[in-house]
Order: sequence, then structure tokens, then C-alpha cells
Amino acid sequence: MSMQLAPWTVGVPLFFAALLVALGEKLPRLVADLIALLAGGVTAAACALLFRAARSGPVVYWFGGIRPRSGVSLGIDFAIDRMGAGLATLAAVLVICALLFSARYFEKPQASFQALLLAFLAGICGFALTGDLFDLFVFFELMSTAAFGLCAYKSREVGPLQGAINFATTNTAGAFLTLTGISLLYARTGALNFAQMARSMGPHDALVLVGFALVCTGFLVKAAVVPFHFWLADAHAAAPTPACIIFSGAMVQAGLYAVARLHGALFAAPLPGFRPALLGLGIATCATGALLCYAQRHLKRLLAFSTVSHSGAILCGIALVDPSAYAGAALYVVGHGCVKAALFLCAGMILHRLGSVDEVMLHGRGVRLPWLGALFALGGLLLAGAPPTALFLGDSMLDHALKGHAVARAALALSSVVTGAAVLRACGRVFLGWGPREPDAPGGGETDEEPETDRGPIPWSMWLPAVLLLALAFASGLVSREAAGRDAARMLDPHAFAAQILDGAPPALPAPPPEEPLGPGLLHAAGTVVAAAALAGLTLGRKRLPQAVRGAVASVWSPAAAALRALHTGEVGDQVAWLTLGAAILCGALALR
Amino acid sequence: MTDLLSVLPYAVAGWLLLWGLYGIVTSKNLVHLVICLVVMQSATYVLLLAIGYKSGAVAPVYADMPPGTPAVDPLVQALMLTDIVVEATVAALLLALAVQAHERGGSLDPARLARLKG
Amino acid sequence: MKALRLLLFAAGALGLAAAFVGAGRKLPPVGSYAGAYGEVLNAVALGERRATDVVSAVNFDYRGLDTLGEEFILFTSVLAVATILRRQEDEEDEEDEPKWEPRKAPESDAVRTLGGVLVPLMVSFGLYMISHGAVSPGGGFQGGLVLASAPLVVYLCATAKTFLRIAPPGLTRAGESIGAAGYVLIGCLGVLAGKTFLENVLPLGTPGNAWSSGTILFLNLTVGLAVAAGFTELLSVFVEEVLRREA
Repeated sequence: MSMQLAPWTVGVPLFFAALLVALGEKLPRLVADLIALLAGGVTAAACALLFRAARSGPVVYWFGGIRPRSGVSLGIDFAIDRMGAGLATLAAVLVICALLFSARYFEKPQASFQALLLAFLAGICGFALTGDLFDLFVFFELMSTAAFGLCAYKSREVGPLQGAINFATTNTAGAFLTLTGISLLYARTGALNFAQMARSMGPHDALVLVGFALVCTGFLVKAAVVPFHFWLADAHAAAPTPACIIFSGAMVQAGLYAVARLHGALFAAPLPGFRPALLGLGIATCATGALLCYAQRHLKRLLAFSTVSHSGAILCGIALVDPSAYAGAALYVVGHGCVKAALFLCAGMILHRLGSVDEVMLHGRGVRLPWLGALFALGGLLLAGAPPTALFLGDSMLDHALKGHAVARAALALSSVVTGAAVLRACGRVFLGWGPREPDAPGGGETDEEPETDRGPIPWSMWLPAVLLLALAFASGLVSREAAGRDAARMLDPHAFAAQILDGAPPALPAPPPEEPLGPGLLHAAGTVVAAAALAGLTLGRKRLPQAVRGAVASVWSPAAAALRALHTGEVGDQVAWLTLGAAILCGALALR
Repeated sequence: MTDLLSVLPYAVAGWLLLWGLYGIVTSKNLVHLVICLVVMQSATYVLLLAIGYKSGAVAPVYADMPPGTPAVDPLVQALMLTDIVVEATVAALLLALAVQAHERGGSLDPARLARLKG
Repeated sequence: MKALRLLLFAAGALGLAAAFVGAGRKLPPVGSYAGAYGEVLNAVALGERRATDVVSAVNFDYRGLDTLGEEFILFTSVLAVATILRRQEDEEDEEDEPKWEPRKAPESDAVRTLGGVLVPLMVSFGLYMISHGAVSPGGGFQGGLVLASAPLVVYLCATAKTFLRIAPPGLTRAGESIGAAGYVLIGCLGVLAGKTFLENVLPLGTPGNAWSSGTILFLNLTVGLAVAAGFTELLSVFVEEVLRREA
């Protein structure tokens, strides 16, 4: 039975990580690469099969054969629903692409890098599939520790070290707040299993609300939501490119998934403060991320801030606690993951071939790389919401679900337009030589980031994953929105879930939410794509605009960009101060309703 | 008096958490920062153990006690053990980063090490 | 900037403090906890697993998956520290390295005697703690740490050369990997027996004996190995510069 595959998703990558560390230096490079790819492939296959098996409801696997007795669960289970299995499969695919990309990326054999990637994969699979709150925390920490290791990998410059320190400190502080929240929830419910906790939660008083808010804080830190987002750009600038693709493609989204999953599994009715709090944070994140994205000249930081912005969009969807919104958010995650990962791989190829990631310094130097330019431009168009990817589907579903929240819809549109425009602008500057040779925003930010590899022609092991990911992005557009809607409805029904886990009842079959026609979505996508291209074109061709227009725009844009950038000092003390404030805001917003 | 005693551990946990955060925010030395993270973690230990305590109960080790003796909650102690390992490993990682930062950047002050901005 | 930082923190801390007070008022008073999970565990662990230390039974049996994750967190962290600190082959030596005086072995008789007495004590106590995890407080993690302190004492009471002889990098790396992979393999015993992963499928024995509780003993041993090797490797990586110059 396919549920027997559940322990493989965690056991296989961990075992092979240990094997690679023990034997890595002694094996020939090709053998080590193949072992790593095999482990990744087996895990991806297991996750995909579990995804298929969860079609008709969550698949439950009790570790150690320890089943619940009279409503008290004594062991740990994996309660594999489609959303979790989907996230795990996405992560596995991204790890395989990272392994492929890193095969020629480092000169010497890198068994420790591959082992860290596999440990990360095990962490995120366990995180996405588990049904126990403390187990969620343990796999969260495994994922984080592997991520810290990947970020700091062979860092010898102060910049990358600073990025890794910021990453590790803020995420660990967030994790401790999550643990505090878990303790508070345990004090109330006497349980750690989601289903059992849902049943024994009692009245939603200050203890439950503060506990839940603190639990969400750590996950929102991981999700790079304002005001917890300061670490993301630093970490991306520090980490080697293969690591960046899994940070932006799966890790950030895992934090968002956890918030959605926990609320859905623990509370039957939405908490009163949940929607306003998360909508507010989501809108702020969309806007801040988009503006900062446009103000960057470091390509990896640009893409990192675009991840922040899209994370805000997903958060707006999660805030609604509604099946069609959750389905839209899930599709958004899948589409965004593939596109963003492909864009990061393109940035890695630019760094490898041209020796820099500074957009302004690269002006026109990519003219003889039309294929790379085409890939990059395609990624930019898809990021702006071009059909037919899952990102387009998710965006249109979210836009539809947010009817009545005009500010949120505007923020989502802003996010698509500005982040897509930033990529298209960079593409035009680097590959076509268009645009002025000066930065588009005040405040420095120039980078002399050294290539991580020897410069040279781009090998197939770098091309192939980027092309594959874009192809996957297109293929993801074929996902059934109805199935996603049904899975989301199941995710939001804790009573049926608890009955299945604790009483052995069969899984529920909820009615899917009504599916809206794609017409308005296509119109919306056309609008965002055209606006993105127009914004990019106007920025690049600004010398041709009349002086009055340029002056007006600059008088608004320059102070805003400068102020936002001044807040990002890169010092860990500032980041933790914002984290404390953010945690307090979240607690207050949830508890004061 | 008993009322105070029954909430004192929780208050200590909250105080440690905030004090650890304050230490990180105002830290001028990376090693000091790591110790403040450890202090924050200690807050979670105190909280967990305080939650699981039962007055008049013994440790959950039945080696020399008849089975059925009331014992404190073993689960929080198991969670705490996992917790300690997690914290020790993160502290080791951060200290390694601090060592490397000092070697490359010449300083342990986070303010002096800030190169990535904006 | 600094003022802004303190202001933000003060606001956040006040808010969090208020939240804690609000939540704390609804917490059960210390000493009156009555959660179902712990009570059921206390009642059944001895009978079902023949383990007198319920905490170990929870860690290595009922919640064995958590401990698998935890062990690999340690493994990953040691791996990460090694990549951060180990000098790479392609890094050049700095020309302006100060002249290094190798640290001589301590001449004090007291230190050497203390070392000679402590090390066997620590090793045997560490092994005792690891193997009796299911019987009395202790287990793989605690015992592994005590065991890992023994090479540290050797380093302090003797020279780096001696330390490297008893804990060469190859050995610690192998020990760590075997300990980590061993946990997964023991978990697979359950799968091979047709049951679930991490199921306790070995004979359970009598409570109070070291040889009892089925897989709990073996999981403790693998974890003890991984922890001891891991922490020794951490130590050797942190003092690697010194080791490289002295040995």
C-alpha cells in the first residue's frame, strides 16, 4: 500500500546524506553525484506517489505502530494530505535541480554540499507531511539547520558570513518563539497531535490565541513576511545559487503552508483576528517587497525581494480561510516555485558566464547570449502572471477570492507587475544593452560578488534544470482547479480530520468550491504582463521622457526607495528588534479580538 | 504566597525570553549574541518544565518505585531533551560563523561586520 | 538608527510582556497539570516496553521519529561547522602568520594525574549512561556528551598529538555517520519485519536490566556513538588551527 512509502520520504535522504559524508571523499565524483541524484529521485517518486494516494483524503501512517487509544494519541503520525505531499514533491524536484546544477558548479567534489541538500530535503518532507506539532518543530529545525549550512557554505568573505549570521539568528529567535507557543498550546490541550489538539482546545481565550500567534511567528519569520523579512535578501546574497533556488522555491513557502495547515487543523471556525492581521501583514509584505525589488541592482537580492513580495500575496490568500483562496494559494506556490527557481538558475548562469551579478555593471555584456536572455525574459513574463502556468491560475483564483478587499487586490497586482518588470528591466539591460548605465534607485548597493565558479561556457548540467523548471511551470498550468479546491476544503475541516485520525473514520468528501470562469483571470493577467513590460520599458528608456515627468517620478520614488533601503541596515540587532515588534503585533492582533 | 509561587516559574520564563531578546538587540559582540540566544532557549526549558510539574509527584523513573506512583509529566522532559540538542547545535553553528567572521573581518561587532545593506 | 532600534524593541517587548501576562493568567497553576498524554504514558510505558525510565521510552520509542530528526540536526550542524571552519586545500597560507609557539604538554604532575584519573572515569561513566538509558535517567545524548568530554580532557592534559591519535578526523567522521545511519537502519528493522518504521520489534526482556526494552537499547547505542563522535569532531574543528600547527 502506498502509505508504506511515508517513512521513505524522510529515511532515504537522511540515510544517503550520512553515507555521502562517510564515503564522499573516497568515491569518484561521478558515483557520489549519482548517489545523491538517486536519493533525491527516490524521495521525489515517493512524495509523488503519496500525492497521488492522497487524492481521496489524507493518508495516515503511525510510526512505531503506536496507534491512538481512546482518543489519546501516544505516537507520531504522518497525516499526508495533498497540499503537504505537493509541497514535498515540489521541494524534492527543486533539490534534484539543485543537485544537477551543483554537479559542475563547484570544481572539487562536494559531498558535504550534497549531504546538506539531502538533509534539507528530509527536513522539508517531514515538515510538510507530519501530523504532530512538536515533530513539525523538529523537522522545521532540521530544515533550518541544513539551510544555515548551505547558506554559509565555504563562505570566506565577510558579506556572506554576515548574511549567514543574520539568517541563523533571526530564524532561530523565531523558532524559539514558536517553541514557546507550542508549550502554551500543550499546556491547554495536553496533546501534540493536531487532531487531538483540535478536540481538546477548549475556549479560545488569551492562552490559545497568544500560543497560536507565537507558533505562527516562527513560521512567518521563515516565510519572510514583513517585518520578519530582513534576513532573506542577505541570505540569498550569501548563499551559493543552488541553495538559493530551494530557499525561494520551497523553504519560504513551507512557512506559509505551516500557518495555513495549523489554522485549518486546529480551529473549525476562523479566529476573529486572523484575517485582518494576516491581510495587513500580507499587503505590507507585497508592497515592501515589490518596491525594494525594483530598487535593487544585485540580481540575487532583486529576486529575493520578489520572493518576499510573492510571499505576501500567498499570505493574503491564507488570511481568507476559504477553500478557493487556499486552492489559489497552493497553485501560486507551485507555479512561483518553478519560475523563481528557474530565474535563480539563470542568475547563476549569468554569474558563471559573465562574472558578475550587478545589473548595472553587466550592462550590455550579455548581448551574445540570446538563449540565456530568452530564458530570463520568459521567466520575467511568467513572474508577471503570464498564462498558462499554475502561477497564473493561482493569481487569478486569489484575485477572485479577494473580491471586496480592494487594497489587497491592488497589492497583489502591484506585486506581479513590479517584480515582473524588475526582471524584464534587468533582462533588457544585460542582454540587450538598453537603458542608462546608472542605477535606477539611490543608495548604492553595488556588488563585487565574485563568481563562485571558474568562468566559462555554460555546461548542460546548468542549462538543463532551468529549462526543465520552466517546462514544469508550463505543465503545472494543467492542474485541476477543482481537485485543488476539494483538497483545500478538506484542509479546512478539523472535525472530519480528527475523526479520521483518532477514530478511524473514512476521509470526508467535501464539495469543491464553485469554479469561476477563466475569462476575467486572462484579462487580469494580460493587464499585469503588459503593465510589467511597460514599466520595464519606461525605466530603461527614461532618458527619452520629458524632464517634468522624470522629475515628478523621481521626487516620489527616490525618497521612498532611499528610506526603505536605509531601514535595511544588515545588522542583526535591527532585524531582531523588528522581529520582537512583529511578534507583539501578531499576538495583539489575534488576542485582542 | 502560594499564588506567587504557582506563577513564578512562568514569570521567570517570560523574563528570560525578553532579556535574551534584549541582549541580542543590543549586542556588540557575536559571542555575547550567541549566549543571549541560549538564554532565550532557557526560557523555553523553564516554561516546559513548569507546565509539566505536578506537586507531590516523583520523577518518571520507575526503577525503584512501584508502578502507578504519581509522576510528573515525562513528555515535557523528553521534549526538553530534544530542545537542548537543537539549541546546542545552533549555538555551535553560530559560534563557528563568529570565529570565521572574526578571522576574515577582524571584528566580532555586528555593526562593524555589516556589508550587505539595502 | 540605534535609537530607532531600541524604540522598536521597547514597543515589541511591552507588547510581548502584555501577551505573556494575558496568557499566563490562563495557564494551569504550577503543580496542577493534568494532561492526558503524560498520564497515559506513565501508566503504560513500564508494562508495554519494560522500560523503567519513561522519558527514554518516550524519546526512543513512542516519539522515536523526533529523536531521528534531532540526531540528524546534530549531524547536519557538525557537517556545517566543518565546512565553515575547515581550511580548504585551495586556500593559501597567510604570509603574516605570527610565529607560533607550540603548546608544550602540561608539566604539572597534578594536571597529568587528574587527566589520567578522569579520562577512564568519564569513558566508563559515559558508556554506562548510554547503555542504561532505558533503566535510569540518561541515554544516548547525555552519555554521548560525557563520552565526548574524555578526548577534551586528553587535549587539555596532554598535547594535541595525543588528542589526534585517539580521535583522528577519519574516525570521528566515520563514527558520526555510522551512528546517524544506524538509527535509520534500526528503524528499517520494523519495516523488514512487516510492520511500521521505528517499531520496537526486538525482544523486550525484563525491566531493570540493561538488556531490555528491545530497540531502545540499540537506538541509545547508535545515538551515543553519533553524539560522542559529533562533539569530538566539533572540538577538533574548533581547535583545528592549533592542531594543524602543533601536530
